[in-house]
Amino acid sequence: MSDAELQEKPDLQIDQDQGNFSYPEDYAFDAGTGLTDKTIDYICDAKEDPDWVREFRKKALKVFDEKPLPTHWASKDLENIHFNDFRYYLSKGAKPKRSWDEVPDDVKKTFERLGIPEKERAFLAGVEAQFDSEAAYSNIKKAVAEQGVIFVGSREGLKDHPEIFKKWFGKVIPTADNKFSALNSAVFSGGSFIYVPKGVKVKHPLQAYFRINAENFGQFERTLIIVDEGAEVTYMEGCTAPKFDSVTLHSAVVELVAMKGAKIQYITVQNWSPNVFNLVTKRGLAHEESEIKWIDCNIGSRLTMKYPGVILKGRKARGEVLSIALANNGQHQDTGAKMIHAADETTSNIISKSISIGSGRATYRGLVHIPRHLKGCKNNTECDALLINTESRTDTYPAIVTRGDVSKVSAEQIFYMQQRGLSEGQAMSLSVNGFVNDLVRQFPMEYSVELKRLIDLEMEGSVG
Amino acid sequence: MKNALEIKNLKAGIGGTEILHGLNLTLPKGEVHAIMGKNGSGKSTLAKVMAGHPDYEVTAGDVQLDGKTILGLDPDVRAREGLFLAFQYPSEIPGVTIANFLRAALNARRPEGQEIDAVEYYNELYQKMDLLKIDRSFTSRAVNDGFSGGEKKKNEILQMAMLEPKYAVLDETDSGLDIDALKIVAHGVNSLRGPKLGILVITHYQRLLDYIVPDVVHVMVDGRIVKSGPKELALEMEKKGYDWVENLAVA
Ligand SMILES: Nc1ncnc2c1ncn2[C@@H]1O[C@H](COP(=O)(O)OP(=O)(O)O)[C@@H](O)[C@H]1O
Ligand SMILES: [Mg+2]
Repeated sequence: MSDAELQEKPDLQIDQDQGNFSYPEDYAFDAGTGLTDKTIDYICDAKEDPDWVREFRKKALKVFDEKPLPTHWASKDLENIHFNDFRYYLSKGAKPKRSWDEVPDDVKKTFERLGIPEKERAFLAGVEAQFDSEAAYSNIKKAVAEQGVIFVGSREGLKDHPEIFKKWFGKVIPTADNKFSALNSAVFSGGSFIYVPKGVKVKHPLQAYFRINAENFGQFERTLIIVDEGAEVTYMEGCTAPKFDSVTLHSAVVELVAMKGAKIQYITVQNWSPNVFNLVTKRGLAHEESEIKWIDCNIGSRLTMKYPGVILKGRKARGEVLSIALANNGQHQDTGAKMIHAADETTSNIISKSISIGSGRATYRGLVHIPRHLKGCKNNTECDALLINTESRTDTYPAIVTRGDVSKVSAEQIFYMQQRGLSEGQAMSLSVNGFVNDLVRQFPMEYSVELKRLIDLEMEGSVG
Repeated sequence: MKNALEIKNLKAGIGGTEILHGLNLTLPKGEVHAIMGKNGSGKSTLAKVMAGHPDYEVTAGDVQLDGKTILGLDPDVRAREGLFLAFQYPSEIPGVTIANFLRAALNARRPEGQEIDAVEYYNELYQKMDLLKIDRSFTSRAVNDGFSGGEKKKNEILQMAMLEPKYAVLDETDSGLDIDALKIVAHGVNSLRGPKLGILVITHYQRLLDYIVPDVVHVMVDGRIVKSGPKELALEMEKKGYDWVENLAVA
């Protein structure tokens, strides 16, 4: 940035609130606003995409243009997304970095703001953080690489490992799955590609952070994780965006493939600012005796639509979705799970907890498909909602759940806690943490701590 | 007054109906006072008004803690100033263990970044539990969730012991307790008696006062204190019944 530019924005300050920060924009590549064939060409040229990807993107753009918004069942608020106002590609132009020292300072600052403990920062060898469209930091932990694990950005994945990448890319979630998967397929950029070879059990979770840094910018990361026979991996993504006045769009696609006997655990703890449309498609394909588990925590955003799913394709495959959604004032969390049983003795488990505050709204949508001819399939669906003050609403579609409760944080309960010296915000936060506690206990320790901190921040901010 | 909880000509009510009609009471630190009164005389109203329950409005008078008014302060500020209320009907907090709840309450009294050390905390907690004869497994249960009446009241006393208030108001801590539970609760309160704590025991039976022997007994009728006296007043009340004091109130 030149001095003159800096002077034009004299009060570019870092916000004190965690996850609420932004840095000067400095983009070597910018696709401009709007979405046409030309935008796609721009992206392909900038990214030096192979021809098959260019074709893939252009086909996807057609599908996107043709598909209507799903407003016949989903929120009409989708109509407020003005697709032509967004920038679909931004790049630092930076090559993925190999060591911590080479990471740009502003990205380091991001990690600091995210409150990643010092101990874990040393561990960042296993972290790939997303700085806008491209991976600004990418360093495969030595031990992981030695085990033959591939952990790279999606761009490197499709270029350097086309044989595995092409085999599964777009197979779990076809372009035409929904309007937003089509959008992502047209303009995707960033995200991770992971391949874990047969029998390799990756000890430490692989992590990535996504961040939206520019106003009017859509972020469309694309993640593909393939875990070969008998192998295991845990992947963690965190999302955060600085607060801008205008609407921002995040539309990711995440595809997981668990081969025979493999285990994948995919953990999301996201904390979007309240102007983000967060429209994400996540699905796993579980082969025989494999296990796919989604842990999905959604805090913030203007509208989140996300229904992680598992296709249980092989005998004895197991799918699980554990989700927590927190809808604060003015926010709508439309979340749920999809379990498609396609083989005998497959089992699925869905546990969903939603919290609605003030005018916040939480909707649960569950789809469990078990064809009659299959034998020995089981599903358990539990769906609990917590309402904080009477304006809040919660809906469940369909209403078929194994167990479901709607509870309220009463004024008496808050008064009781305040009488013990807790502020109103602390009291609410404790109630919310108590409500999700039995579910959070099943999360790996460091994520439960992070989630608790996010809930605290959210609740403290929600009282006057 | 520097070392007292003072209620001066307090008028307060709910939904436009006045329930406390000018109530006066002084509880010096180090003493135990009892308020006796029939159901509906306004005892819980007094407790909640002092603690700052948002549904009640105060129309006149003052409540002072060590000479400083607490009216107008948020409930949590009053609590941190040293006022504790053992509720007649304690709330349940599902999913939050007693241990975590109490730790959060203690940390709320400390400056940020100076949270209580875990070892120090559990030492203190277990010491207090031993003192109150409460089983240690108690603390890993969610606050009041599925508790019996006796367990809820024990939990209130445990919190009082941990939070070390200057003044504690116990609202019908005896109600719904069998004699064994009553003895445990009374033992707890008695073991916390001392020069640094003023206790106001609200009850509607004399029975509790056999176990927690008060320094002063106040009789409440229709939102006012109509008679105060030494501990023998409780026995007199028991013998003569409330009609006796109701007549006093009219007179
Ligand atoms: N929430 C309320 N709304 C209206 N009236 C109330 C409410 N709570 C208590 N009252 C009335 O106030 C009076 C005193 O009640 P309370 O303080 O609970 O008495 P006590 O604790 O001595 O039994 C009673 O007449 C009761 O009906
Ligand atoms: Mg009462």
